[in-house]
Amino acid sequence: MAQPSRHAHEAPPRDPVRRVAAAVRRRVLEHTLTHNGGYLSQACSSAEILATLYLRIMRLGPSQGPLVPRPFAGVPSAANPQAFTGADYNGPKAADLDRFIFSPVHYALVLYSVLIEVGRLGPDALAQFNRDGSTVELIGAEHSPGHEVTAGSLAQAISQAGGIALARRLRGDTGRVWVFLSDGELQEGQAWEAFAALAHHRLGNVGVYIDANAQQCDGPMTAVMTIEPLAERLRAFGAEVHEVDGHDPEALAAPAATPGERDRPLVVIARTDPCRGIERLRERAPKLHYVRFKDAQEFAAYQALLEQLREEAR
Amino acid sequence: MEIVARPHRDNLVRWAASRPEVLVLSADLTASCEADGFRDRYPERFFSLGMAEQNMMGFAAGLAREGFFPWVHTFAVFICRRPFDQVAMSIAYPNLPVRLIGFLPGITTPGGVTHQAIDDIGLMRLLPNMTVLECGDATDVESVLDVAQAVPGPVYVRMLRGEVPRLFDAAEPLVLGRSRALSAGSDLLVLSCGICTEEALRATRALRERGLSIAHRHVSTLKPFTDPELLQAIADARHGVIAMENHSTIGGLGSAVAELIAEHGLARRLIRIGLRDTYAHGASRGYLMREYGLDAPALVRAAEDLTGERFGLTDEDLAAVRLDTLTRADKTEDL
Repeated sequence: MAQPSRHAHEAPPRDPVRRVAAAVRRRVLEHTLTHNGGYLSQACSSAEILATLYLRIMRLGPSQGPLVPRPFAGVPSAANPQAFTGADYNGPKAADLDRFIFSPVHYALVLYSVLIEVGRLGPDALAQFNRDGSTVELIGAEHSPGHEVTAGSLAQAISQAGGIALARRLRGDTGRVWVFLSDGELQEGQAWEAFAALAHHRLGNVGVYIDANAQQCDGPMTAVMTIEPLAERLRAFGAEVHEVDGHDPEALAAPAATPGERDRPLVVIARTDPCRGIERLRERAPKLHYVRFKDAQEFAAYQALLEQLREEAR
Repeated sequence: MEIVARPHRDNLVRWAASRPEVLVLSADLTASCEADGFRDRYPERFFSLGMAEQNMMGFAAGLAREGFFPWVHTFAVFICRRPFDQVAMSIAYPNLPVRLIGFLPGITTPGGVTHQAIDDIGLMRLLPNMTVLECGDATDVESVLDVAQAVPGPVYVRMLRGEVPRLFDAAEPLVLGRSRALSAGSDLLVLSCGICTEEALRATRALRERGLSIAHRHVSTLKPFTDPELLQAIADARHGVIAMENHSTIGGLGSAVAELIAEHGLARRLIRIGLRDTYAHGASRGYLMREYGLDAPALVRAAEDLTGERFGLTDEDLAAVRLDTLTRADKTEDL
């Protein structure tokens, strides 16, 4: 039986972050239904984090990318001057503007949905989602909207962000480099190499938001390989660490607002719920990483839930 | 023959003076990779990333995306094995102009199997967008910087350190995609790279004195492997081709030559001298070259195999060959 949504019969949220986050969950659910599969729990956990980054934290100029995403132009090579990255959706590169590096690219649909809700992509941008020859890929690469680096081999983006941040300091840029990470990536040794280097080189222009949903492909992280105590570990590596409720826009935005020069990386551990906003997902626990509907009955239940969420949003 | 002590060390300092966009990244092997001169002269352009090569490759990629030219200095094994995924995804896929300078090729180090890069050329050749260069003497070492810097994408340089012979005239720099013609001949073709060229020179000279007509070319660009002169040189070699390298016979020069011969239907025999699908171990360079058959006697044996002749050369004959710095073959036909 379908359980009632936690937000059933509630008025649509007035807070812009919450409004965007709710729309993102609906859109990701819609595409999970359309494709009979998707990274749905990642939308539930990260919607407020990404919405807060785009609406309240990052200083970005207007999107330079087309509302309808470009088709794939081929892999980068000396013979292919047509290759591009999706960084232009995050605005122009300028000394005083921020940059966004998106690491767990299996969250791509969540990012695309945020870009639509904040007006950086058109409402029909997902028509080509997961289609052959499209840049709006299931697992994003650097040509995908909002993506700047090829990050799907996890924990590589944080190091690349470090290099970008070092270059920006050498140039005297005042803009910051924001990185969105998933918690599972912190099982990779490279992530810790990167945090050591960020602290050693005093790269205070780097800010990292971690979606700590405690889930990974095989199940709960505590069963696969624990990374706790995460905050203590990160502090020991020289970062300024904040632990916040990852669904609370105020709590998410506060650590980034502190003024003044920084000489160490900022890390916000956003503790999140992988079923937030779609309570029905809990019955699939502990396997939440990728949702594929088991049968027509389950599909219909989620379809009904989507209708209900849409009704609430009106 | 002139021996140059640590040619890269001072050359890098000199070369980088007018290039503020050039940075050096190091993973705790700075003096070992002759980057200490750069570090001391340009401390604001030198970045120590510690023993953490995976992260160092990501930092290099980020810096390159922002318009800098990171020159990563470490041992070849620590560029090509441990952070292979990072080199492939963070650097090679986006075609970023990172210069990967790998030291201690093959059996040049007594450091044993962990330090001996016997598969680096194969691994780097596998990566799309990667250019692969190897130095064989002090002139190569000095001139490879300009060549690498002119490539718009990533470059792997198999580098030499310490006491390096000058085989080639300092006025004749390494040229991308062009092998050096060291001698002309019609019986067989010897293609050598890296430290094997010096060793090959001992054998080719002795063989020539025994009446064999040998074409010998030094290869410094392993990828792209498109030197137009190679095809003709292979076709002209009556008895066949010998590829000689300080690397596994799988994936390196010998493989590249085999691909060329097969794809162009050149119907020439090929003998690959190199490490024959084996690891090496910690010992002196001379000992290992002899043990694994990477030395001048090995080349003589290969020439005897291809020609069906016996040349009666002893190890002592070959060791006695005196080498001079060479100018181009078209200037001095007989070495």
